[in-house]
Amino acid sequence: MIEPNGSGSTLPGPTGPQVLFASVDEFLNWGRTNSLWFLQFATACCGIELMQTGCSRFDTDHLGMLPRSSPRAADVMIVAGTITHKMASRVRTLWEQMAEPRWVISMGSCANAGGPFSKYSYSVLNGIDKLIPVDVYVPGCPPRPEALIDGTEALKERIRKYQMFGIRDTEAIVIE
Amino acid sequence: MKNDELFGLLQVLYPDVSSTVAETGEIQWQVPTGIFLEVARTLKDDPRFAFDSLMCLSGLDLSKYPTAVKGEFVGELLACVYHLHSFEHGHEVCVSVTVPKDETASIPSVEPIWLVAGYFEREILDLYGIAFPGNHDPRRLMMPEDWIGHPLRKDYQYPSNYSTWELKREGQNFTSGPYA
Amino acid sequence: MSHEIQEQNDDLITINMGPHHPSTHGVLRLVIQTDGEMVKTCKPEIGYLHRSIEKIGENLEWYQFVPYTDRVDYVCSMNANLAYCLGVEALLNTKPETAVEIPLRADCIRVLFAELNRISSHLVGVGAAAMDMGAYTPFLHGITQREFINDIFEKTCGARLTYNYICIGGVMRDLHQGAEAEIRAFLDQLEPAMHSFNALITTNTIFRGRYAGVAPISREKAIAYGMVGPNLRASGVDWDLRRDRPYGIYPKLKFAVPVGGAYGGSKGVLGDCYDRYIVRLLEIVESIKICRQVLDMMPPPAEQADDPVGGYRVDVTKKLRTPPKGGIYTRVENPRGETGYYLVSDGSKMPYRLKIRTGSFTSLSIFETLVPGLMVSDVVALIGSLDIVLPEVDR
Repeated sequence: MIEPNGSGSTLPGPTGPQVLFASVDEFLNWGRTNSLWFLQFATACCGIELMQTGCSRFDTDHLGMLPRSSPRAADVMIVAGTITHKMASRVRTLWEQMAEPRWVISMGSCANAGGPFSKYSYSVLNGIDKLIPVDVYVPGCPPRPEALIDGTEALKERIRKYQMFGIRDTEAIVIE
Repeated sequence: MKNDELFGLLQVLYPDVSSTVAETGEIQWQVPTGIFLEVARTLKDDPRFAFDSLMCLSGLDLSKYPTAVKGEFVGELLACVYHLHSFEHGHEVCVSVTVPKDETASIPSVEPIWLVAGYFEREILDLYGIAFPGNHDPRRLMMPEDWIGHPLRKDYQYPSNYSTWELKREGQNFTSGPYA
Repeated sequence: MSHEIQEQNDDLITINMGPHHPSTHGVLRLVIQTDGEMVKTCKPEIGYLHRSIEKIGENLEWYQFVPYTDRVDYVCSMNANLAYCLGVEALLNTKPETAVEIPLRADCIRVLFAELNRISSHLVGVGAAAMDMGAYTPFLHGITQREFINDIFEKTCGARLTYNYICIGGVMRDLHQGAEAEIRAFLDQLEPAMHSFNALITTNTIFRGRYAGVAPISREKAIAYGMVGPNLRASGVDWDLRRDRPYGIYPKLKFAVPVGGAYGGSKGVLGDCYDRYIVRLLEIVESIKICRQVLDMMPPPAEQADDPVGGYRVDVTKKLRTPPKGGIYTRVENPRGETGYYLVSDGSKMPYRLKIRTGSFTSLSIFETLVPGLMVSDVVALIGSLDIVLPEVDR
């Protein structure tokens, strides 16, 4: 918790205490949650909903989330859309290229578990968690923009507890 | 011109072609593989036909298609169905070529005649296994290069894994379907 | 796969515009060989979104397949639903025992929603093309209008993107209360919005400079490569399935068909990227006219759902268990070209073969021949102007 120090070591001034104390993790996590840049990885229908979430009505820009094309510049990878066997190795490569700390949001039924194509399709990967570790699952076909923003807020709760030298929380969050 | 008039004109030039009518009223012209390339060229170049547009080229696996006799199927055959359209005259026609379903299944490529056929034929090569000698780029189109088998055939067995992962997901308890 | 490329001249650089790329409108891989900035060869690789929808169709019953048609072209789901439903109804209509008579109101709702979806699909297509050129604002304007259409659809059928609304026999539910007034209000505010959209990019010097004269497709080449839809009309071929092979209530509607004509000013050529863009903008205007005509001729709702004038759906479940045996090919004008369904039925309740022929597939087949001689940034402009969505290509 970042709180101003109430006694003693504050500088004098008209607006009150001007020195705040926090741990390095809290400070960096504050920066990360308010400026979470996502990798614009859109394959199929959920990609259009991701785009519409980024546009004027459900703006992600006011939450600090910008779409980035390069995995090196991204914090979170939102896998939106169906992943096929041909595409799967590329998903893994992109995830490996992201710099730590990195998180993954699996958006839509197809990325969660194969979606409507899981039963009869020979070419669809039934869920990206076969290849990369997922932090948040957002169900829907496609999920509403509000559901996706709910997922990013849940992820931000996890990011606030992230510790650079601690043990990472790997339990997945499922949005209802 | 009507379909039977056009067919009459074609049969004068190539007596081996035949015509079948299905229950839905669809008239298919059956052309043997040997003369198919000349027939296609005539259909494009002859001004009475002038079929300058190949609307659709689909593959078909006839091995489970029922005949008039109950319980009997057509046989181990693959077919390619060409839907042609003429911008000049406005008529449309459906041409079908049948080949046996084994390693020698091949139909001459019509890519030199209708350029759009390149991608259609690559897709049929990938998903049905019919070879098209004459196609400028005979590679798989949809499936990965190291995929084994031709998925749209009726007797296709789904593999249990690809690369390092399994196709089915644990926890998915299907009681029917290919993974059951 | 890259073996044949390595045999060639080693002065060329091989660039991979890989499946993950912000400007390729989906998972399309382009292996480009360039000599500096000029492109020498380009091989598109597809199949990264091949979801085996045709095989799924062979394992489901006729009416169960309708949600999958949404996913074939998700930007214009209503048109995609309509294409399949018209195909199945045409199959059923070949025999008098299974013939289906769609109520007039259901037909009007179908055409109205298909045209509204055409507007929203063109807005996305044109906006995304402008975004690829670096202009982000027109995309936002386009999506704002699209959100209004999404609201109308959501109040009627519950979904924002993959509607599953048009079904075999009519539509799933009737229009919601106040739908007609809402649609009229939306159309009234769309026309001035299109003017402002137009003013942003159509006469913009940079946009015109990047689009006019780039990759022209001649009339003969367009027909030979099987181009359809706005891409074909931009090359000068006056062919629109809504007018030339009409279906539904289109015979009763009056609308013009925009055709390309080297609109790009002094550098414009017939069939270039600028023509394809202009044809789409003009089609939005025509769709607004069609929507207004349909709203004027729509009959009021009736009590019974299968009333032949005011109903919204007839029950076809019994007829779908024993459809006529054989094949049929139907085609419908989608925003991306003609979508053809070749349905083969063996008389049972599941399709035997379900082939989907989409417009984007053939738009991509011409790609290899157009690219040599362009610069790399023109390749991006070309993909944007052809308005390709990858699930249509890969299915």
